Amino acid sequence: MTSLQPSLSLAGSVDTGSPDLSPVVASAASGWAWARLAFQAGGLLLCVLIWHVLASHRVPLGVITFANVPPPAEVLATAWDLAQSPKLGQHLYSSLLRIFFGFGLAALFGIGLGLLIGRLRWAHDGLLPPLEVLRPIPAVAWIPLSILMFPSSEGSMIFITFIGALFPILLNTIHGVEGVSPRLIASARSLGCGRWSLFTEVIAPGAAPSIVTGLSIGMGTCWFCLVTAEMISGQFGIGYYTWESYTVQNYAAIVVGMLVIGALGMGSSALINRFGKLLMPWYQPQGGRS
Amino acid sequence: MSSPASAATLGHIDIDHLHIHLGEPGQSLEVVHNVSFTVAAGEFVCLLGPSGCGKSTLLGALAGHLVPSHGSIRVDGLPISGPHPERALVFQQHTLFPWKRVVDNVAFGLKMKGVARDQRQRQAHDLLNLVGLEGFENHYPAQLSGGMQQRVEIARVLINYPRVMLMDEPFGALDAQTRLMMQEHLLEVWSRIRTSIVFITHDIDEALFLADRILVMSPRPGRIIDERRLGFGRPRDGSLVTSARFIELKRHCLELLHPGGKHPAYLERLSPLGKVPANASSFSV
Ligand SMILES: Nc1ncnc2c1ncn2[C@@H]1O[C@H](COP(=O)(O)OP(=O)(O)OP(=O)(O)O)[C@@H](O)[C@H]1O
Ligand SMILES: [Mg+2]
Repeated sequence: MTSLQPSLSLAGSVDTGSPDLSPVVASAASGWAWARLAFQAGGLLLCVLIWHVLASHRVPLGVITFANVPPPAEVLATAWDLAQSPKLGQHLYSSLLRIFFGFGLAALFGIGLGLLIGRLRWAHDGLLPPLEVLRPIPAVAWIPLSILMFPSSEGSMIFITFIGALFPILLNTIHGVEGVSPRLIASARSLGCGRWSLFTEVIAPGAAPSIVTGLSIGMGTCWFCLVTAEMISGQFGIGYYTWESYTVQNYAAIVVGMLVIGALGMGSSALINRFGKLLMPWYQPQGGRS
Repeated sequence: MSSPASAATLGHIDIDHLHIHLGEPGQSLEVVHNVSFTVAAGEFVCLLGPSGCGKSTLLGALAGHLVPSHGSIRVDGLPISGPHPERALVFQQHTLFPWKRVVDNVAFGLKMKGVARDQRQRQAHDLLNLVGLEGFENHYPAQLSGGMQQRVEIARVLINYPRVMLMDEPFGALDAQTRLMMQEHLLEVWSRIRTSIVFITHDIDEALFLADRILVMSPRPGRIIDERRLGFGRPRDGSLVTSARFIELKRHCLELLHPGGKHPAYLERLSPLGKVPANASSFSV
């Protein structure tokens, strides 16, 4: 139980002391940082190199063949063309809009229902059983039914992304709410906290770390479901672009589509993490790497 | 701060033939058995008893979080009907809101009363000064030591000007030296803001050092088996613990709690209001 360790970005107001030592330490640290960065870049470069060798020599390995895999240079050229064309904007816009609505609705329902189910007996007993029945069904299995249920394919695709993101968010929220210490709740109630303030003042912030985890997992499954749905019923969208490239045998474009999907997934995950940090400046995840 | 060391007129507790059962209906267990006692307004009472005898349960009922099965609890003549800021509850540790800065933790009670932000921050500052934590307003609880966190807890309940303070082993997790400091500090604060205090502890020295009167409970189901007015003057200091009378009382309490030097049978460690988290230290940074 040590107090006031001079570390952490939490406060910044805690004095670290010994200013005369810090420049030395800092330059050594930044030297290390450069070395690490170079190491990471090297790993990446090596992968691209292997890809290049395999693809340009059309290496057949029996169970797997690289005969139809486009080499990196070709992919780069195709990516450059796509970046110039107005099609890119249209595809991105369609996909992002679907994610925005699907994920937004999932966050709204997942967090709202999760807070109720985690806290209130009637909500737990009344709402959880039907959700438990639906939970093991993978979102992708909903595609045929949702095409039948929604007159527009837009609606069905948003629905699929919604289903994909809903359960991770819901379950993590419930888990977070159940983890709030009963002592903390008793203390709050003894300080005059009423039934509804308890949700905003104690339950929601107490569950916040778990909710953010749920959002970030949900964001991953959201993209997964969207890409699948677009491949089946899309008109535009980055998943549709990738599949269409396959059907017209534009193999380099397949890889471009894949990379764009990866980048979008990464970007939206980073956004969630950023949001979590902003929301919870007090929170320090435990553990680290050696 | 309001009135100086004036005698408190509010905070009289009257417990009458109290029984408390815990557990699911059908297999419930009597935890508190026929307990009756009173606490005068402004009195400091310590409750001693072996582990699992029902101390926390009794306190939970006083706070209004548990409903007794028989008997009554009245504060200033009125039966209690749930938790209320007039009956402040202080636990061992880790009940500050980790997501609120120290000043907002302390101001929480006023926020619940609908006091404007400016005013509640001002009052919180005053109370933080009183407990010796000026300058730590903007820290998060995890950035404070255990002793400092307990000072924040005390400031946080005092902002409601409670009639009664219910303290459940509040210094139980502190090291010996910090604990002594906190005991003196509590007495100092209490001399300025006079409330009735019911203070639970395992530590006989702590009980004798703090209390006007001690109550000793039997193993489960808890009954009051001894009651003793201490009669030490105030203010108190460290020399008290070596006085002949103190040592005699300590021997008496030891005999009551461990008859014949034997330790009581180990009881399952359940708790009616939730346990202290096992990863207790993980809250510190
Ligand atoms: N929810 C519960 N259901 C059943 N029994 C319980 C429950 N909570 C506590 N008990 C039992 O009630 C008894 C009293 O518990 P309590 O926490 O009041 O003891 P305590 O005197 O505060 O002990 P300690 O000194 O260890 O804190 C214990 O023996 C415990 O096993
Ligand atoms: Mg206890």
